[in-house]
Amino acid sequence: MLQDKDRIFTNLYGQQSWRLEAARKRGDWDNTKAILDKGQDWIIDEMKKSGLRGRGGAGFPTGMKWSFMPKQSDGRPSYLVVNADEGEPGTCKDRDMMRHDPHKLIEGCLVAGFAMRAVAAYIYIRGEFFREAENLQGAIDEAYAAGLIGKNACGSGFDFDVYIHRGAGAYICGEETALIESLEGKKGQPRLKPPFPANMGVWGCPTTVNNVESIAVAPTILRRGGEWFAGIGRPNNTGTKVFCISGHVNKPCNVEEEMGIPLKELIEKHAGGVRGGWDNLLAVIPGGSSVPLLPKSICDDVLMDFDSLRAQRSGLGTAAVIVMDKSTDVVRAIARLSKFYKHESCGQCTPCREGTGWMWRVMERLVQGKAEKREIDMLLEVTTQVEGHTICALGDAAAWPIQGLIRHFRGEIERRIDAYHTGAPVLPAAAE
Amino acid sequence: MSGVHIAPPELQPASFAFTAENLELAKAHIAKYPAGRQRSAVMPLLDIAQRQHDNWVPQAAIRYIAEMLDVPVIKVLEVASFYTMYNLAPVGKHFVQVCTTTPCWLAGSDKVLSACKKHLGLNPGETSADGQFTVIEVECLGACVNAPMLQYNDDFFEDLDEESTGRILEALKRGEMPKPGPQNGRLSSEPLGGATTLTTFNPAASAGGNDD
Repeated sequence: MLQDKDRIFTNLYGQQSWRLEAARKRGDWDNTKAILDKGQDWIIDEMKKSGLRGRGGAGFPTGMKWSFMPKQSDGRPSYLVVNADEGEPGTCKDRDMMRHDPHKLIEGCLVAGFAMRAVAAYIYIRGEFFREAENLQGAIDEAYAAGLIGKNACGSGFDFDVYIHRGAGAYICGEETALIESLEGKKGQPRLKPPFPANMGVWGCPTTVNNVESIAVAPTILRRGGEWFAGIGRPNNTGTKVFCISGHVNKPCNVEEEMGIPLKELIEKHAGGVRGGWDNLLAVIPGGSSVPLLPKSICDDVLMDFDSLRAQRSGLGTAAVIVMDKSTDVVRAIARLSKFYKHESCGQCTPCREGTGWMWRVMERLVQGKAEKREIDMLLEVTTQVEGHTICALGDAAAWPIQGLIRHFRGEIERRIDAYHTGAPVLPAAAE
Repeated sequence: MSGVHIAPPELQPASFAFTAENLELAKAHIAKYPAGRQRSAVMPLLDIAQRQHDNWVPQAAIRYIAEMLDVPVIKVLEVASFYTMYNLAPVGKHFVQVCTTTPCWLAGSDKVLSACKKHLGLNPGETSADGQFTVIEVECLGACVNAPMLQYNDDFFEDLDEESTGRILEALKRGEMPKPGPQNGRLSSEPLGGATTLTTFNPAASAGGNDD
């Protein structure tokens, strides 16, 4: 188990003030100039050494991503964009970082922006996080007033601005190119790649989009060294991670733990265990709504990291653990996610726009058992027609939960269909 | 994307303009973006307009913002109708948004909705006859470990049950503002009854508490 001395987010719960004075006592902004003085190459190398993989869901190596930015400007400025459009169902970690530890994010913007030779950072925060944006703006104002950002940031000779851009209710803007479109004042509809944002991002300029957590951990990694971070967790799955544990546990919570912690240990140590005990577990969605669920048999010993969950045909995603006990109507739980994706499809690509609605309607019938068994395979087939056939990954995200359900709970779907056709009760007792 | 409801012509004001104070605020937002990229400010300006105009954006405000940013009106309307937080028709002064996505549903969001029905007489999508309260169902608001939850205007009320939801709604009806955040006694997202981590830090080491 991770020890407090190795935790990065020491004010995750807001037990202390978020303001600059308190943040400094926690070690933020401690001689940031010394980090910048070591130069861009040193920072990127250290980030590569840390093994940090992006914390927004895709898990792309952060140091490598930064290294894609141009070292020499062709006349266009470069930008860092922070993805704070947190909206993946189950996920609520960036919220805590921004309302309780905003200076970590702002300092991270400075060191990351410096490393990629950017002129400014735009933090795109979901519109519903109004109070979180207030704290973040308060912290940005403090940082400007103290000379930590702005002209000659931290006395380094480097000029760097940090701005907030508030979203207005669109899950799709968490996709990096949709976010860029939104930042340009347009509908959040994803762009085709290439060109990749590092070549042509916001306003046609080189841009890197990083998750809040990826940026907020950077100053601590650079202070303590990439090797320190790489020494936590497992190879290729290093460091600490903030997990969000929701659903049928006794004590839902956010907690910073070691990557690769066993799922069972995570739930039992921090979330008070599954409601009714571990044997009352039905299934877990381990990485936010987009990843396939895992039945209890896999949950018993799976480790919480990118590679372990991928090996179980699921994913770490945002590390949002949604727990369902045996009282859960699991078909309905997934059908509700199908409704979510139908609601959030931007409408640009036909397979997603039409497919999400189609899949949701079939899922609603499966909840009732009002279907034929052959339709289960037809639904599975349609998910594969949507998956991989759209500009962005929302189509995949809509397909995967259904694929996971059919993979692990086909028997329950068939039982409902049989019950419906014979007039027997279809639904188990209501969840809660 | 879901259906967009735009207020009928008889409810639309003939003109709209920012107050002097909001005009300054709008200019400050435009200044955040590079020269010539003023279109980026369309979202903050729509937000300012909505806050100035009883929590909904009239068509006159869309034309006003388009002119201010030198953008075609349709491009502003496109944005205003794409994002769910812009109300293009009147809503209640008390705007209640109940999250019902899976993590909240698992934790009992059906009971939050039934409390809205019981205490306000409203189903999702309905506004009270006096126009004071609107209840809508929304997708994940990003407070899943504090589920179920609702958003009331700019604030989150978390860790709800039927009883606490009823208490909050009754207080709002009386014109009071209950304390936002978790309603079950915890500070924020730590495990109820005490954090299992960060216990070796002394909260008293830093003055000010969390809510200054």
